Amino acid sequence: MESNVENLINATTGEQPGAEEKAPRKTKLKIRGMKRSAFAMPYLALSIVFVIVPLFIMLYYAFTDGDGNASVANFVHFFVRPNIMAVMGKSFLIALLTTAVCLVLAFPLALALSSTTLNKKFILVMLFVLPMWINSLLRTYAVKIVLYMLEISNAWVAVTIGMVYDFFPFMLLPLYSVLSGMDRSLIEASQDLGASPLKTVFKVQLPLSLPGIVSGVLMVFMPTVSTFAISDVLGDTSTYMFGNIINQWFANSGGWNIGSAYSLLLLILIAATVILANKITKGQAEVGGVL
Amino acid sequence: MSRNVKSCLIWAFVGLMLAVMYIPILILIIYSFTGAKALGVWSGFSFELYADLFTNESILGAFKNSFILAFVSAALATILGTTAAIGIFHMKKWRKSASNFIANITMENAEIVTGVTFMMFFLALRLPYGWATLIIAHTMITTPYVILSVTPKLSQLNPNLYEAGLDLGASPMRSVFTVIVPQLIPGMLSGFVMAFTLSFDDFIVSKFVNGSVETIPVYLYNALAKRGADPTLRALSSVLFIAVLTVLIALNVVSAKRKKKAQKASA
Repeated sequence: MESNVENLINATTGEQPGAEEKAPRKTKLKIRGMKRSAFAMPYLALSIVFVIVPLFIMLYYAFTDGDGNASVANFVHFFVRPNIMAVMGKSFLIALLTTAVCLVLAFPLALALSSTTLNKKFILVMLFVLPMWINSLLRTYAVKIVLYMLEISNAWVAVTIGMVYDFFPFMLLPLYSVLSGMDRSLIEASQDLGASPLKTVFKVQLPLSLPGIVSGVLMVFMPTVSTFAISDVLGDTSTYMFGNIINQWFANSGGWNIGSAYSLLLLILIAATVILANKITKGQAEVGGVL
Repeated sequence: MSRNVKSCLIWAFVGLMLAVMYIPILILIIYSFTGAKALGVWSGFSFELYADLFTNESILGAFKNSFILAFVSAALATILGTTAAIGIFHMKKWRKSASNFIANITMENAEIVTGVTFMMFFLALRLPYGWATLIIAHTMITTPYVILSVTPKLSQLNPNLYEAGLDLGASPMRSVFTVIVPQLIPGMLSGFVMAFTLSFDDFIVSKFVNGSVETIPVYLYNALAKRGADPTLRALSSVLFIAVLTVLIALNVVSAKRKKKAQKASA
């Protein structure tokens, strides 16, 4: 209760700067020389030089041929090659499969961890999330040894298992944070109204954890499509992901134009998914607000 | 279903998932204590691989490079990220959303795209791939995470402190650095740790701009994907696993204890 009050106080004081910086204050700050917002300038300037300009260089490469003449041949290249389209399709399939398996495994686990039985035990949650901080190559190598001992040699199976193992914590964390933050009285209300535990899960907890599901899906799907290391270590050419193709085009200096076009396609795909996910979670937050 | 059965099932499920998560790591560590060349073969207990590891010049060199790179870029990212967080926090409307958008680019973008854009950019600048390009790239990709961990501390700050500094005669610069910044140190520290870890872990961006400088993740990638797994890797992986897990568990336990203490103090 007391901490709630504290939060409230913090929240109100936190809102003050916006309300306070009215005209007189502003002139006062200007007289003193510089605004605090100017402190962001070094980083923003460096970002424009080292992050945004390089993106335009990629655009330049994507829309020119090897001699620097404008052309869209690099994109045509993508759309007329059935084998490259097939690789793209397959990498999406593997990514979808990985995301689905992660979701199916992580949701019940997040439910269990946030249930009254385990009472949000910090140490357990920590143990599941820790591997996130270990280099994914190391984890992939550990999986490789286990797969070798289990005599699983199918590249598709191996790569999917490796991806699930590597990206699982990224699905679990957002799901857990949504479920553990959920008001317990919603679950009790559902039970009081006669819903079975299973029905409570599907009618109350699952729909309310949609924002967590969206960010979990995003955090698993995107890196899976664009990774190249996991299929390099566990798979073969039949499990090439989109990242592998980009990596290959950039491996020899003649392929930079086509590689840039492919990178641009990946970038557009990412932007589209991020915008879509923002829309979904935004709508959900409004519904939650009504509740 | 009785309560007991239910909690037994929950424990069993969680235990099973934990086992699946950690058994591969455990197997790797167990097999690092045998000298066999092939995977999954036990040829008697020995420290052979560890002896190889600590005499392997290229691994030790890569370790040193990774440490220097992570330290320098995390330090730069902490400075840039803290100033950026202060600036962005006091921006309004479109400036604020534009700045946040810029800070989000490298976080949302696929690492491989970030990597190749750096590679093309540095070539266009005629900047040779190596230490300089690695430090620039790592600083730029880790700074947004420092901003993320400093910003919450800023919103907890008393907004009048800065102006009190001004009223007492400090210049804006001085007021920020002697009044505001000291209060941000916890956020800066966790930002530094995060930037250090991310930099130490990165191989996708590094791989495109490293030139002849080999870091541990780049060494690992080359060893795993190209050279075919060398048994020394088992010892190297075990050392890294144990080091990372120990540091993380210690950090988490300390911060959890501190939180509990703070809660008790406020209650």
